[in-house]
Amino acid sequence: MSRLTMSLPGLELKNPIMPASGCFGFGREYAQLYDLSKLGAIMIKATTVETRRGNPTPRVAETAAGMLNAIGLQNPGIEKVMNEELKFLESYDVPIIANVAGTEIEDYVEVARRISTAQNVHALELNISCPNVKCGGIQFGTDPETAKQLTAAVKAVSQVPVYVKLSPNVTNIVDIAKAVEAGGADGITMINTLVGMRIHEHTGKPVIANGTGGLSGPAVKPVAIRMVYDVYKAVNIPIIGMGGVTCAQDVIDFMSVGASAVAVGTANFVDHFVCPNIIEELPAKLDALGVNHISEIIGRSHR
Amino acid sequence: MIRQQKMTVVAQKQIATNIFELTLQGELVQDMTPGQFVHVKVSDSFEPLLRRPISIANIDKDNQEFTMIYRAEGRGTQILSTNREGQLVDVLGPIGNGFPVEEAQPGQTALLVGGGIGVPPLHELSKQLKARGVNVIHVLGFQSEDVCFYENEFSALGDTYYATVDGTKGTKGFVTTVFDEVAPQFDVFYSCGPLPMLRALEQYYPAKKGFMSFEERMGCGIGACFACVCDTTEGQAKDYVKVCSDGPVFPKGVVAL
Repeated sequence: MSRLTMSLPGLELKNPIMPASGCFGFGREYAQLYDLSKLGAIMIKATTVETRRGNPTPRVAETAAGMLNAIGLQNPGIEKVMNEELKFLESYDVPIIANVAGTEIEDYVEVARRISTAQNVHALELNISCPNVKCGGIQFGTDPETAKQLTAAVKAVSQVPVYVKLSPNVTNIVDIAKAVEAGGADGITMINTLVGMRIHEHTGKPVIANGTGGLSGPAVKPVAIRMVYDVYKAVNIPIIGMGGVTCAQDVIDFMSVGASAVAVGTANFVDHFVCPNIIEELPAKLDALGVNHISEIIGRSHR
Repeated sequence: MIRQQKMTVVAQKQIATNIFELTLQGELVQDMTPGQFVHVKVSDSFEPLLRRPISIANIDKDNQEFTMIYRAEGRGTQILSTNREGQLVDVLGPIGNGFPVEEAQPGQTALLVGGGIGVPPLHELSKQLKARGVNVIHVLGFQSEDVCFYENEFSALGDTYYATVDGTKGTKGFVTTVFDEVAPQFDVFYSCGPLPMLRALEQYYPAKKGFMSFEERMGCGIGACFACVCDTTEGQAKDYVKVCSDGPVFPKGVVAL
């Protein structure tokens, strides 16, 4: 499997495939189905200082080739995540990327400071792009200067490299990408979900209790591909790409436009074995492309 | 153990207005218990994208077959209803914690209360209760006679009472109307149906031991996505539960109604 290895800041990956944050919980459920050590990494569910209950239900709604969600960062809080969830994941040979969220800069700093000391957390993913919480989340991801400040504040306390997860709900994602790079980010993960709404055919009201939700699934892939394409040209830090990935060809597409690794989100809900299946299919894809190592295809769209 | 498998369609037939009975064959039947559900991918395309959670109405381990009864209402279940004998259906399951059959002792009486498309899982439950010497009484609520199903199957297992909203079958009204008329005597109840029905049941029999199966919009079906959470009542170990992986069956009083 040496054809699939990838070295990124903080991360020595067996392969460039990882489940995306929010689509895999803390791994326990999928651990019943397959060996988590097969994965390149795991991006765990967003963690906040305090326990969060999330938004009222309904929290999900299916859409054409996609789905909306407004879970609202439900998680048990940093204490339990460190003592229970990360402990559980220690039994697997897989690096963890901890998704960090909060309401104020101080919250992000607090979670980052503590969670970056966990022995299996090899990198952080700053969540400045969650569209489903009223405070925090996306507000940090839509203004370049705020994004830069938050990145720098977290970098100052983190024991491990910091990746910043970008929102597609901005006028110019390249500006945000450059700002977080200037703030000291070690890498970028992109994209988070697109804000959307579905209307109930009988009531005429939004289906999701929160009103809006984040759109994910195959429907968003072209948007994500375009954004990775543009950001790759503008920054010198690696990108972990995501948005609508369901198969090995999607992975090839994301890496072609500039991603160094690829996260799989919504597809985990549909085909629960999608990550190991993609990992298994990748060598044949490389053969078809006539390349030996997967890193050779990174950015080939630009050459 | 939860498995993902392409199961073979043994039979599919319409048994009432928009109600279909689908029998599938495959290894994952071996692990099924009454009250669990399966998560079904109805098409190979992205349309519709998500799986559909569907309850288990009948388990036949000898032949590795199970039956699901579902209402072809939305696009997903309509596509499912077009499957014919010999075709393959992508099934993830069995999922969740089912009805605890062992909570009813031989010689005792169990009251099984179902509403609409919540009725199917009670059939397998009733079979297994009866097999262990428990008397079963069924109280089944439907919208109208044309959507009723499995009358002979339920009658063969125990006394069966019907309530329909329009009065076309059994008592006109709801399952609670039947409770008033019949005053069933029982030791434990099991139920699956819409929330108002579960709420009424809890209020009617506050002193009885009971188990209720819940329904929520689901994403992953295995507890990872946090779509199907419900509030719990005060004093529970956690302040929420996930219907898919903690349920779908909970003891009475756990989920806040």
